[in-house]
Amino acid sequence: MEKLRRGTVKFTAPPQILAHGCTVSKKESQGPLGSLFDQVQEDEYFGQDNWEKAESQFQAAAINICLNRAGIKGSDLDGAVGGDLLNQCTATSFAIKDLKAPFLGVYGACSTIAESLITAAALVDGGYGERVLASAGSHFCSAEKQFRTPLEYGSQRPPSAQWTVTGAGAVLIGKTGGKARITAATVGTIVDMGIKDANHMGGAMAPAFADTIAAHLRGVGARPIDYDAIFSGDLGVIGIDLAQELLRREEIDISSVHHDCGEMIFDRKSQDVHAGGSGCGCAASVLCAHVLPMLESGQWKRVLFCATGALLSPTTVLQGESIPCIAHAVELRGPAEPAEPTESNEQAG
Amino acid sequence: MTNQEYSKLVDQYTKNSPLWSDCLKAFLVGGLICTLGEGLRHLYLYLGADKTAAGSWVSISLIFLAALLTALGVFEKIARFAGAGTLVPITGFSNSVISPAMEYKTEGFVTGVGAKMFIVAGPVIVYGTAASIIAGIIYYLFLR
Repeated sequence: MEKLRRGTVKFTAPPQILAHGCTVSKKESQGPLGSLFDQVQEDEYFGQDNWEKAESQFQAAAINICLNRAGIKGSDLDGAVGGDLLNQCTATSFAIKDLKAPFLGVYGACSTIAESLITAAALVDGGYGERVLASAGSHFCSAEKQFRTPLEYGSQRPPSAQWTVTGAGAVLIGKTGGKARITAATVGTIVDMGIKDANHMGGAMAPAFADTIAAHLRGVGARPIDYDAIFSGDLGVIGIDLAQELLRREEIDISSVHHDCGEMIFDRKSQDVHAGGSGCGCAASVLCAHVLPMLESGQWKRVLFCATGALLSPTTVLQGESIPCIAHAVELRGPAEPAEPTESNEQAG
Repeated sequence: MTNQEYSKLVDQYTKNSPLWSDCLKAFLVGGLICTLGEGLRHLYLYLGADKTAAGSWVSISLIFLAALLTALGVFEKIARFAGAGTLVPITGFSNSVISPAMEYKTEGFVTGVGAKMFIVAGPVIVYGTAASIIAGIIYYLFLR
């Protein structure tokens, strides 16, 4: 791994994506990406007796699919890195405990999958181990309970509100043997532009996204059109416009390649989700269901995946604090082409 | 860009809630609930209750209906459409007590249901009681 610029690294021997898996619930399966998810669990309780256990089960199921595809067991893992939205990250701890794998819990709110990927890739690249798992998940019902009001409480949402995705994604990263690769990454800096409205995550997170994208492009020396796609995690429709506007002011135009996982996962017209989807499971499941398969099949060659997170808690909101936000960027590439002379030549762009 | 400039930009890109249609929906559903209440009052009067008892029975009936609909998962759907139309009448109060009671059942009957049942309605009770004390003092001092 080589430092390109503060916050941005290039992986000289890019860690590979060995396998991935995702599980979502019914509402997500009825969205535009419905047919792409590996597993649809229609029962929101996933056979459990509370929302928190259900959330763990979604993440455990995604991990299970991932490990089965790689043909390995939890005991074959050198490490697991993951997180979620619940207090003390319990959804992930409970999902992972039975794997008996060395575990690092991380919290990056809805950016967690990107944080997990970067950490796992750095661990593999640094020689910590051969196989490290990265995962993240969320559940609409447990998130509502923790961050808003009880589920059956009758209220209306403003148009800027977003809908937490019930689902999870897991990615297995290893030294060799995969198709897609992680070639570079930028660890985001916290950006707080003073937005206090917890029902306006897109507005709060857009500056963090713009900051990280600009930093990454500068770091690797690339232009937006060098990518087949640039993904944001869950900016939602308002956040997309704001982020593009902020980047335009820095003379960076991503509009032709920009996609947002939160905007894609639901049909906003028919599914009553207002500005779009959100939650750790949003970026994680779209990554596994859509982004990685497009890279593995060769339809895309180079993608920048930048998940965004709002680092608030119900307490900070009630205490009138603004919302600090973060975005981490992971640069992904498809299978290495045989013509490619060395890995060190391929970062220029 | 300063925070103020960004805040303006956000406002520029953000659509507000559709105020007029929200008001109309609230008026219609809220009005329907009140009409139902009035209908029930006449029914109880017809069945022989006096005026005070009939009023109490109406409150009890609406609270029960809202609780039942909350438990069946229907109330939240109506409220998402009606907004203040379901929130302002006594139905909203019922929903705000029943919904946390359901939600926190998994945390035990004492520490969950018991402790968290009034997590939404608590402030209404606290400040409603406080306001009535102040009103009582004003009445005692000046209007008696």
